[in-house]
Amino acid sequence: MNGRFVRLGETDRPHVALHVDGQAVTALEGDTLMVALLSSGGTLRESEFGDGRRAGFCLMGACQDCWVWTENGDRLRACSTLAASGQRILTSQPEATWPNLG
Amino acid sequence: MSAASDVIIIGGGLMGSSAALFLRGHGMSVTLLETDLIGRQASGTNFGNVRRQGRPIHQLPLANRALAIWRKSRELLGADVEYLQSGHIRVCYRERPELIEAMEDYAAKARLEGLDLELLTGNALRAKFPFFGSDVLAGSYSAMDGHANPRLAAPAFARAAQRMGATICENTKIVDAQKVGEDFIVTAQDGRTFRAPILLITAGAWGNALSSQFGEPVPIVPRGPNMSVTEPVPYAIHPAVGVMTPVEEETVYFRQVARGNIVLGGSTRGPSYPDDYRAYVLPQNTLSQLKQIRRLAPALGKLNIIRVWSGIEGYMPDSQPVMGPSATTSGLYYAFGFSGSGFQIGPGVGETMAEIIAQGATDIPMEPYKIARFAA
Amino acid sequence: MAEPRIVVVGAGPSGVRAAEAVAKAGLRPTVIDEARRAGGQIYRRQPDNFTRSYEKLYGTEAARAKALHDSFDALAGKIDYRPETLVWNIAAAHVWTANGNAQETLPYDALILCTGATDRLMPVKGWNMAGTYSLGGSQVALKSQAVSIGREVVFMGSGPLLYLVASQYVDAGAKVVGVLDTSSKAARIKALPDLLAMPSVLWNGVQLTRKLSKAGVPVHHQITPVEIIGNSETGVSGVRYRTASGEDKTIGCDAVAVGYHLRPETQLADLARCEFAFDAHTHQWLPQRDADGRASAAGVYLAGDGAKILGARSAEASGKLAALAALSDLGLPVDKGEITALRRDVANYSKFARGLSRAFPWPAAQAAALPDEAIICRCEAVSAGDLRAVMRETGAIEANRAKAFSRVGMGRCQGRYCGLAAAELIAAEAGIPVEQVGRLRGQAPVKPLPIAIGEEEA
Repeated sequence: MNGRFVRLGETDRPHVALHVDGQAVTALEGDTLMVALLSSGGTLRESEFGDGRRAGFCLMGACQDCWVWTENGDRLRACSTLAASGQRILTSQPEATWPNLG
Repeated sequence: MSAASDVIIIGGGLMGSSAALFLRGHGMSVTLLETDLIGRQASGTNFGNVRRQGRPIHQLPLANRALAIWRKSRELLGADVEYLQSGHIRVCYRERPELIEAMEDYAAKARLEGLDLELLTGNALRAKFPFFGSDVLAGSYSAMDGHANPRLAAPAFARAAQRMGATICENTKIVDAQKVGEDFIVTAQDGRTFRAPILLITAGAWGNALSSQFGEPVPIVPRGPNMSVTEPVPYAIHPAVGVMTPVEEETVYFRQVARGNIVLGGSTRGPSYPDDYRAYVLPQNTLSQLKQIRRLAPALGKLNIIRVWSGIEGYMPDSQPVMGPSATTSGLYYAFGFSGSGFQIGPGVGETMAEIIAQGATDIPMEPYKIARFAA
Repeated sequence: MAEPRIVVVGAGPSGVRAAEAVAKAGLRPTVIDEARRAGGQIYRRQPDNFTRSYEKLYGTEAARAKALHDSFDALAGKIDYRPETLVWNIAAAHVWTANGNAQETLPYDALILCTGATDRLMPVKGWNMAGTYSLGGSQVALKSQAVSIGREVVFMGSGPLLYLVASQYVDAGAKVVGVLDTSSKAARIKALPDLLAMPSVLWNGVQLTRKLSKAGVPVHHQITPVEIIGNSETGVSGVRYRTASGEDKTIGCDAVAVGYHLRPETQLADLARCEFAFDAHTHQWLPQRDADGRASAAGVYLAGDGAKILGARSAEASGKLAALAALSDLGLPVDKGEITALRRDVANYSKFARGLSRAFPWPAAQAAALPDEAIICRCEAVSAGDLRAVMRETGAIEANRAKAFSRVGMGRCQGRYCGLAAAELIAAEAGIPVEQVGRLRGQAPVKPLPIAIGEEEA
């Protein structure tokens, strides 16, 4: 899949360069992180409870289904965060940073 | 015409529900009366610590008895109450080095009561549990403690009791209880009456309202815990964790449930209003709790909390419950005022109260809990 | 006496008009809004480097949108505006706010809650798959980001927004492969007397359906959603529905927008300890208020769709009305004639809104008919069968009780998207009226709150 969202205009904007799961992705200035991610990919995150991939739902900060991660473990709500150059985003929850499985 | 049974229990929390189950085990008929729904306040809103360490040494026989029940809870209840025997760690901070000695002293005494604790330095702790912050000086690890889901526990005990033949009456607010001749007559707000020769009061923060009807008022104070929960994250923190500190505001504890959410508790307990049936988490207490959690486990600082809650708990001035027979009225028993520390011992309390009621005696030390300690 | 402190939460139609009325009275209100720019959802503004015209963005509502934005812009300097700020709790006449990790507590003498609405959802099997969006969400994608939620989009559900967003997608050049409406044309005709309270809005609605048919978009009425089909990894690939005559049909698509009109965002009213009552027309629990917006809690006023779904025009009127009520209660002079006129407006909008709820009824029976394997709570991935099993095992029939045992409504969204349907399912299973199931209590924080809150100075 090329991207879930389809741009219908407003494409004459400066580019924003970010990384998603280690891959370089180009978005446009003014894009939300959600639009940046779903213009180039199909999903945002994995449901924690085994029912598959998710790609957000409400786009207005109410459903909380679009939280993604940065490579340093921060959480971002993709629908209400602007895409910005230099962001390094993960669409899978990073492993716990407090390993204690012994 | 009153509904009659061998025992009436007023208060459908974990104490009352487990007592109902164990009384059925002794063959006694039981009617359990609950104002609202089973296990909705202190029993259902607490942190869920199945923790023996940190309890008074005199309470450990009761805690051990409770632990045995938790371990067989799935078979006993026919339900999963998410009990995990995944350990418990109690730590102290650098600015209170004197607590190490207290931990050592406690561990030595606890060992004699069958509770094995491993004392670890801060660095040893961080090697084993890297989520701890640099303020953590030392810790005491109890491998055999753990946690369970309070939302599920008391209702599961009540359902098991019901299957065993107990009568469970929810939405039954009791407005009067008195002894007439050989029997207790208990009257609900809607006029229904219940009769039994034995009455057990397990009414939590409402306990004093009932014990006062028998001339035994107690100085109980209603408060409420501050609970929060995070979004789900990969399950990696097995033990429940708490801080040992003399300062209430510094108190903080957390555990991760198998689904991944991390439950947080602690800081200054909030107000609760038994008459209105409401308890509130004050926002300032949430903030102070989050500040403390960042100190205890900085790694959690990147997460969000998605919900807070509280419930109505009854606190006694000495933090010990009122438990055992009435000093004024034969056939009357109490088990309430668990002061925010009743969840782990709950099933043990139920079993012990059933034993006292059915057999007249128990090996569990009950002296510290006598209601007479508050007699004027 | 110190200047009264008036806090307005929300900067949509009602919040802007409330703030404007307060500022006009010579006070400086604090306006707290979660969004980056004012306007609310309906008049949501695109980022400032976007160039589409008002006509293109808001169609028949362009003039209203522009007027509202202009009014808000004119308030610059006269209000204490706090965008991107969440009110996460309310206690003891203070609001507790979060902006990123910065926390601030603000006292109020009057609190005007203009919290707006979110989509009302009815779950359907497969709605947890990537590519399913709320109807309002699909509109946000277009309006504020100039994107379509997919290459081939199905709009499913009911309510005025269904036709509006579908036609906005058509206008913008998106491919709409079907509009599936659960309501019947007959219901619309029955609702006409109430809908005629606002003839121009009714006319706009009629035009939308014409536009869709002219564009060749298949529109089906009185359908029953059966399943959103697809793959749990790659997402939606189609929609299966049952026609009015009972035939099962499938439309291929890679995106579905679903919604059944709206529901008010009432969590803050709940945290402010306002009393609620069940509204039989909409099957929703609503915070109680008097004709001017006074809630049962002292100093709290409710306006706009956050109190009851009456639409954007009503929201402008009720926002102003609530502000006038607050000013009057604080002892400031207000124009009684203006209050009377605003009350009349709100009553007229109420009549129209009642018409909408009749024309596009909430399909409560769908909840009862959800197959066991359908996810009902997206956050916690709890199925309808899980909820039914919990009910059978525990006897839970009260909303919060069922939540405690099943986790339905316990996730990140706090039951916003599953709560109403879960209540209908419980009511149907238990054979009781849905009002007896009760409502999920609002719990702080209203949205996720960072554990790092308070680390930064506000």
